[in-house]
Amino acid sequence: MSAFTVSRRTLLKSAAIGSLGLTTGLLTRGSAQAAGDLTIGIIYVGSRDDFGWNQAHAVAAKALAAVPGVKVVEEENVPETIAVAKTMESMIELDGANLIFATSFGYYAPFMVDTAKKYPDVQFRHAAPLWKDGDPKNAGSYFGYLDQAHYIDGVAAGLSTKSNKLGFVAAKPISSVLSNINSFTLGARKVNPNATVQVIFTGDWSLPVREAEATNALIDAGCDVITCHVDSPKTVIQNAEAKGAKTCGHNASQAALAPKGFITGAEYKWETIYKQYADTLAKGGELPNFISGGYDVDFVQNTPYGAGATPEAIAAADAAKADLRAKKAYYVGPLKDNTGKEVIAAGVEHAPYDPWIDNINFLVEGVVGSIT
Amino acid sequence: MNETDIGAYGVPLAMLAGAIRVSTPFLFVSLGECLTEKSGRINLGLEGTLVFGAMSGYAISYLTGSPWLGVLAAGISGCFFGAIHGYICKLPKVNDIAIGIAMMLFGTGLAFFFGKPFIQPQAPHLPSISLGFWSDLPQVQSALSINPLFLVGIVLAVFMWWAFKNTRWGLIIRMTGDSAPAALAMGYSVDWVRFLATTVGGFFAGVGGAFLSLYYPGAWSEGLSSGQGLMAVALVIFARWNPLACFGAALLFGAAGALGPALQSVGITQGYYFFNAAPYLLTLFIMIASVSPKRSLKGAPGELSITK
Repeated sequence: MSAFTVSRRTLLKSAAIGSLGLTTGLLTRGSAQAAGDLTIGIIYVGSRDDFGWNQAHAVAAKALAAVPGVKVVEEENVPETIAVAKTMESMIELDGANLIFATSFGYYAPFMVDTAKKYPDVQFRHAAPLWKDGDPKNAGSYFGYLDQAHYIDGVAAGLSTKSNKLGFVAAKPISSVLSNINSFTLGARKVNPNATVQVIFTGDWSLPVREAEATNALIDAGCDVITCHVDSPKTVIQNAEAKGAKTCGHNASQAALAPKGFITGAEYKWETIYKQYADTLAKGGELPNFISGGYDVDFVQNTPYGAGATPEAIAAADAAKADLRAKKAYYVGPLKDNTGKEVIAAGVEHAPYDPWIDNINFLVEGVVGSIT
Repeated sequence: MNETDIGAYGVPLAMLAGAIRVSTPFLFVSLGECLTEKSGRINLGLEGTLVFGAMSGYAISYLTGSPWLGVLAAGISGCFFGAIHGYICKLPKVNDIAIGIAMMLFGTGLAFFFGKPFIQPQAPHLPSISLGFWSDLPQVQSALSINPLFLVGIVLAVFMWWAFKNTRWGLIIRMTGDSAPAALAMGYSVDWVRFLATTVGGFFAGVGGAFLSLYYPGAWSEGLSSGQGLMAVALVIFARWNPLACFGAALLFGAAGALGPALQSVGITQGYYFFNAAPYLLTLFIMIASVSPKRSLKGAPGELSITK
């Protein structure tokens, strides 16, 4: 390992001198990986144990570390500043990382792009759909369509509620949050047309006191199933469980927090992507610059059903999972938004991965809430 | 669900419930700051003390299984931070506000450092006392499920208000805060009184932190405080250094914080950014309304470095 690192660094220097060195460097990297030497660096913006976004990546990192021939190095609490560029450099120079996963949105530009230009023989991948043509070829994006898992949450929640009122604690009214709220609502109303989803926006990604207040306000307003899209759902799930409401999770498994009322949760399965990358590199192949997907390619999943899920809910949710694996559309016209405006005409449908879904800026009928 | 659907009446009720739930950390920090400022010193570091108290309280509760031991540990760690502030400020030519800012960063940083292993585990919570049994409405019942620390806070506020007026200790603290030469002439050590007032004030702030992590919202995380300790310091000025008014101000801030979610839950969904900003706007207006270039604040201790 150490001998390899030294030779790679020497080649790095030659890469700086001329393009010949660069080519040699790439070749050497390929052959070294064929020998099974792969060091992967993973960078988190927060704590790995946050019951949320970072934990979802950390779980996958652990699975990746179990793959023979793969060494994983991690760093937590790296801010979205020049600090992340330094972390990437130290992972490359000191740990000999050949592949870097930068898992937070703000890591991409300019930090990851610049570092990728500086180290052309190292691969960089970023967990948000930001890579575009013209960006460095050794960089790229991977992303999971969590809204599909939220749709399954909605189906299960729609048949587990008694009051027909579901509550959603959301951070900010941006497209990815709105599409999760919409998917949850569409799922719930597909199996239970009387269900409504009440949304409270807290205004930021991590505000534990306000998230707890929002949870309480929703339960006081009659909601008996609570779910959320915030960085760390721990506060929401814990407070809802304490007040006797059922819960659906977000990002990672929160089942342990709600032994009585947990239904299911929308989770990323980064493991699938990470293992694919490791496998491709081990075979000496080239990594794709952009991959994304949902249920059909196993990039997202749902937490195993908890005590809060009714038998009908489980049956309906399992059926809905099969539909998603077959890429069946759930944005089906005629569909109105919650102000009464038609957003999908009758006869039109938007299947999973339709770019239309990425640009959602409305809340569907059945959502009580406003994005302004 | 119709009989429990109370519609728009939910907003005042939710604000009352929010006031009770959210106000306790404000109350404890502001009482601690009130004590410190009455002795003539400002401790801006209470934000750090609050965060460290939240972390240590959660950690001890998790490790020992007793949330009350956690509260005690949070208080003691708060004492420690207060004592550092008190000691450093005793040294010549030291600015208490600058030290306060340093202690704030030190406290939060240290709490993040030691708190890493405690984000994931679940610690036992403080119990609550249900005072809403007379009502059939679940909303009222949940509003009146009260944490003992809230009651302790009320008792403490009343006691401090009484003690400042009627006890020898109260007089000594007020005298130190109003006129250091007078205290010296009476034979009291100004530094020692302020050191003790800052240390005890730190204890209160630490307990306030334990409430955050052990009761509501009830978990240790790094975004837990989001500036509540700083707002509580502003609240002391609004309360004119009167412990009873601190209680009222804490309730007001709690209610303002509950306004945003409560309005959204009854369907007033427009403009939630504005309503969510209510506590901060309130702080700003209080500062504008209570500050005048022509006079020093009524009730302000004369020795405070901001009023001198």
